[in-house]
Amino acid sequence: MYPENFRYTKEHEWVSVEGETGTVGITDHAQAELGDIVYVDLPKVGAHIEQGKSLGSVESVKAVSDIYSPVSGEVVAINTDLADHPEKLNTDPHGDAWLVKIKLGNPGEVQNLMTSADYLSYVGAEK
Amino acid sequence: MIDKVTPHITQNEPLLFERSSPGKKAYQLPELDVPEVDAAEALGAENVRAEIAGFPEVSEVEAIRHFTRLSTWNFAIDYGMYPLGSCTMKYNPRINEQAARTEGLAWAHPYQPEALAQGCLEVMATLEAALAEITGMDAVTLQPAAGAHGELTGILLIRALLEKRGNPRKKILIPDSAHGTNPATAAIAGYAIENIKSSETGVLDVAALEQIVNEDVAALMVTNPNTLGVFENNIAHAAEILHGKGAMLYMDGANMNALVGIARPGDFGVDVMHLNLHKTFSTPHGGGGPGAGPVAVKKVLEPFLPAPRLKKSGKRWAWDYRRKHSIGRVKAFYGNFGVLIRALAYILAHGGPGLRNATMDAVLNAVYIRKRLEAYFDLPYQSPNMHEVVFSDDRQAAKGVRTGDFAKRLIDYGFHPYTVSFPLIVHGAMMIEPTETEGKREIDQFIDAMISIAKEVETDPQLVKTAPHLTRASRVDETTAARKPILRWKPA
Repeated sequence: MYPENFRYTKEHEWVSVEGETGTVGITDHAQAELGDIVYVDLPKVGAHIEQGKSLGSVESVKAVSDIYSPVSGEVVAINTDLADHPEKLNTDPHGDAWLVKIKLGNPGEVQNLMTSADYLSYVGAEK
Repeated sequence: MIDKVTPHITQNEPLLFERSSPGKKAYQLPELDVPEVDAAEALGAENVRAEIAGFPEVSEVEAIRHFTRLSTWNFAIDYGMYPLGSCTMKYNPRINEQAARTEGLAWAHPYQPEALAQGCLEVMATLEAALAEITGMDAVTLQPAAGAHGELTGILLIRALLEKRGNPRKKILIPDSAHGTNPATAAIAGYAIENIKSSETGVLDVAALEQIVNEDVAALMVTNPNTLGVFENNIAHAAEILHGKGAMLYMDGANMNALVGIARPGDFGVDVMHLNLHKTFSTPHGGGGPGAGPVAVKKVLEPFLPAPRLKKSGKRWAWDYRRKHSIGRVKAFYGNFGVLIRALAYILAHGGPGLRNATMDAVLNAVYIRKRLEAYFDLPYQSPNMHEVVFSDDRQAAKGVRTGDFAKRLIDYGFHPYTVSFPLIVHGAMMIEPTETEGKREIDQFIDAMISIAKEVETDPQLVKTAPHLTRASRVDETTAARKPILRWKPA
């Protein structure tokens, strides 16, 4: 369910690191809690993002929620496909529906995040 | 297939544009009794049009039926209980309407000379004084048109004061149980927002507050009682912490229905707050507006209030426009005057003891609902509640039935739904606020409906998941409507 090569936040985002770049998305648990997602607001390419700060928001039929960045750095790509197909966040949150790619400013930060096993027990404990 | 006449209750109604047929009209002008002027000549041909494209053309009876039918599709407090938590949907007494229709008030013109508007000015001055007394504050502006508008006005007052002191500061602190308008207000006023997590008992975590408050913090925005309906019993301590660092305490007055006549925010350290006259003071609310969101302040903020201010010179009321520290107007003229009259009528009709009784009944009703329903629903925060109670759908979610399904099934039982999925700190929130309006029989009917639905969840969850069954339309596709909206006003 939760890929082992990803790292996870308490706010239900994931990051997958390859070289100097981290791909960021929201977790399957997050999409299930949000319900049908209807709109995604992403930062511009080139924006500087800090770990734990908002990098955008997702809007579902229930609520608008901030996305908190799992890592710091510069946004090098955003998933423009989501503008027309926000529903992909409900069907493939760990794959096709990634949100942004960030050039890591501080690769060590990833160590502060949860492993998939930690995250699984975290969402199990959370109501 | 023939076009059948359907019984009224299930009748569907097309758009007025779809009813249009060229040449129909619902007016007849009298014969011209002055010399005719050529409009093109008088105004210039480019300013004259022969027709308004796409404008609906219908007869008088068609227009009347259209809007009358639509009006009956609505739910209103005059039809039944409206337990929408956080909204205080109380009954609007008819005495308020009578007062607002008093000829001299209803027909007053905002440009009427002050000498001929003394009655209107006295209505406003009396209301300002009454609200100041109820809140324990020093001065009140009646200009803001609604709650969120009052919030923005209040935070702009704080910014003006802090700017005058030399530093407007950077941040506003907001608990995670807050109304969404609070962070929106802070952002529009140019502040960064920092969230504070609620404690395990659902109130402000004062230890956490003490850690966060520094010279960057302009204010804490807090709702009291909070959105769980729980009184913030550490509020005076929180005020001390803020004041110690030169920050202010803003109170969102959305839940004043639990405090009027019992406790005064001015006495527990609040510097500035707004009131929703359309909630607490029984003026029409929700679609029927307009509302009013007066702001009450302590003396230190008074110089910054929106201009003009009422002042008495001799025996007469006058507007004082020369207010050099004022943040300026926040609304044309003097606020939504018709709403102000209704609120004053409500306050005067009740008097102090009456307002206090209303508050106690509002709390009693909510506590009664809690006691009768807590055997059937999960209650995530056990602290004593005041005017509203927040359950969670945890027990029913096991059967796949969520708070929104419950709300839709309530419609079949003849009640307006409670507030769904708010506050966000409660998973699957069911937020119920009966107000003092309802008597025991109505409340028992509501409780019985909730219990009956809880039993349906056990025996036939599908019945609840597909509700409502007794309405003209059942579930609409909200998701597609939001993802692929088709916005138009003309017939397709």
